[in-house]
Amino acid sequence: MSTPHDTPAASYLIRGAAVLGGARTNLLLAGGRITDVGPQLSAAGATVIDAEGLVALPGMVDLHTHLREPGREDAETVETGTRAAARGGFTAVHAMANSSPVADTAGVVEQVHALGADAGWVDVRPVGAVTVGLAGKQLAELGAMADSRARVRVFSDDGMCVSDPLLMRRALEYVKAFDGVIAQHAQEPRLTEGAQMNEGKVSAVLGLAGWPAVAEESIIARDVLLAQHVGSRLHICHVSTAGSVEILRWAKARGIQVTAEVTPHHLLLTDELVRSYDPVYKVNPPLRAAEDVQALREALADGTIDVIGTDHAPHPSEAKDCEWAQAAMGMTGLETALSVVQHAMVETGLLGWADFARITSSTPARIGRLTDQGRPLEAGEPANLVLVDPSARWTVDPQAMATKGRNSPFRGTELPGAVVATFFRGQPTVLDGKLNSPLRAGGAGSI
Amino acid sequence: MRHLLATEGLSLENAVRILDTAEEMAAVGEREIKKLPALRGRTVVNLFFEDSTRTRISFEAAAKRLSADVINFAAKGSSVSKGESLKDTAQTLEAMSADAVVIRHWASGAPHRLAESGWINAAVINAGDGTHEHPTQALLDAFTLRRHWSRLAGTPSAGGNLAGMRIAVAGDVLHSRVARSNVWLLQTLGASVTLVAPPTLLPVGVEAWPCEVSYDLDSVLDRGVDAIMMLRVQAERMQASFFPSPREYSRRWGFDDARLARLDELGLADTVILHPGPMNRGLEISSAAADSPRSTVLAQVRNGVSVRMAALYLLLSGNLHPEPAPGHRAATTSETAL
Repeated sequence: MSTPHDTPAASYLIRGAAVLGGARTNLLLAGGRITDVGPQLSAAGATVIDAEGLVALPGMVDLHTHLREPGREDAETVETGTRAAARGGFTAVHAMANSSPVADTAGVVEQVHALGADAGWVDVRPVGAVTVGLAGKQLAELGAMADSRARVRVFSDDGMCVSDPLLMRRALEYVKAFDGVIAQHAQEPRLTEGAQMNEGKVSAVLGLAGWPAVAEESIIARDVLLAQHVGSRLHICHVSTAGSVEILRWAKARGIQVTAEVTPHHLLLTDELVRSYDPVYKVNPPLRAAEDVQALREALADGTIDVIGTDHAPHPSEAKDCEWAQAAMGMTGLETALSVVQHAMVETGLLGWADFARITSSTPARIGRLTDQGRPLEAGEPANLVLVDPSARWTVDPQAMATKGRNSPFRGTELPGAVVATFFRGQPTVLDGKLNSPLRAGGAGSI
Repeated sequence: MRHLLATEGLSLENAVRILDTAEEMAAVGEREIKKLPALRGRTVVNLFFEDSTRTRISFEAAAKRLSADVINFAAKGSSVSKGESLKDTAQTLEAMSADAVVIRHWASGAPHRLAESGWINAAVINAGDGTHEHPTQALLDAFTLRRHWSRLAGTPSAGGNLAGMRIAVAGDVLHSRVARSNVWLLQTLGASVTLVAPPTLLPVGVEAWPCEVSYDLDSVLDRGVDAIMMLRVQAERMQASFFPSPREYSRRWGFDDARLARLDELGLADTVILHPGPMNRGLEISSAAADSPRSTVLAQVRNGVSVRMAALYLLLSGNLHPEPAPGHRAATTSETAL
């Protein structure tokens, strides 16, 4: 479904791309759609893009992005955050609700939605807060946000856990009225008071207050049982422990409607990095142990974990240029997600490119109920796609990123895979690996 | 080795060098003129983000006996309260040409940040960071223990170690930077360390430490110990269900009069009792124990000045061997994880 929206006049012929890593073919994009796919395409007047050696994937969809606007424009704006998203190969992001003011009313989610449409780099889908002010006391007007022009379907108090079991039950039940989903930030608050890092061998040595795995696992266990009891959809944000994986596996085997995401950084980094006391490694949930990383990779490979969510969390430099205990939690991720997942999942042989498209595009789009995203690369479908050079190697330089955040834990790391081009409804937002230009909207963006 | 941040990873060679140098400094302290010109013209800043009269005056005395200029910078309170950031404070000190910064901070790892973030060129000495480490306290404890152990063996303290010594460290290990620093250092020096604490006051992950762990102080005494180090129990722990009441804590884990008498019954005539101070008399240690001839509390304070003189002198004269920085270990691990 779509509302009036300008579509690019130009047409593009992508030549020689391996769709989902399979056979080489050509794709013709015109009028915001893929108009033809096949080995013998030619189109007079189309701009030809040589995609030999490139993999064509559906545009990535992030279920978990912090765009910071309104309120923390020093950290990120919708404009800068969505530029970063486009550069990272995304064509849609879900903007988390912990802005200031909190996205807990129709007014705020419509504002964020409109900012996204004006920017024109990706679809911006606001996430609505579950509770007023993320305070965990009283349900926000979920229905008003669902009915607003932002058409919110994902609700989350991310950053805060909906820890009150009765409130969580009510939220799960209520959003069934408009096919919504509660995305839970699983963190038992009493077990994590003052917590600074994963509780284990490293925290014992460093003298940093421990963040036990059980604080995450106990909430997930409770919530899958609640979701089963009331027959609701539940999504678990940024799963980080091997124990959480076991609970999810059990829940899925019982047919509970639960989906789960993992961040790229939890697929690669461990709490050993905290030994440096460098707050660039401070994140919520915390970096865990190597056994957890392995379990998360296996869970993503076998479908226990459904999707990648970046939890892109930009911070101004002063929020990280300080003592560990003082530092803000969070890492940027939009511009490294594809490369980190290629490194951790594709190059390890755990997933192919078709699976990559599932976990980064089609499944997150389905969870967020985005009908125009995560679609197959076939004639007639919206032209949301990304061209990836899987053989590229690059060294992460936070200064060179489009996000305002310089807090990338991968700085200085060499990673595989580069986004060569991103098409957002037919508009090349990224070309030759560089930001090109956004889709200029005549009105509100389409869904 | 440019900084003294932790005893974890401190080599035996450097540990012994610091202790041996401290013996020489102690000899200076016996003289009528207690001052050496070693650090004349050098500036030592005591940067204290947390109250600590004892440690601060000990460092101040150490620096002054080495003829250094001393600046005391009490940045009390936290930078949360919109105060100056650690970075700005550090750069202010750098602009004043500090040669060494002695930092006490409530946040674990703050000295590492100071040393490794590039904010400052001065040598950094950790004077206690959060619940992480307090390396000079452990060094002065080790110095005190080594003198005792050498005297029993009839050998000179200098050049010696703690091989074969059985040491119990009892109390709030979870929140104790003194315990952490002592576990690493005493083990490096060859001692066998047993931690004794309620299970609630031991960190998850302690099983990976190079020591034994017990919940039962009496059984540890009965097996025989050469030294017992009692840790201070902070008042705020009593509000947070770490143990039911101060009296129950004292009965089970305090070094009380009965346990003092038990040392005699066990024939442990040479066993000494350490405490880093300040003591909670009647809680983790009884007055009789604190004031007994077994107590080394005042010797520890005295030795603290010698050990801190040694640390300042050796760091500022570049006389310690290179050691890998903690950051380098982390980088290696990161590559493994990748």
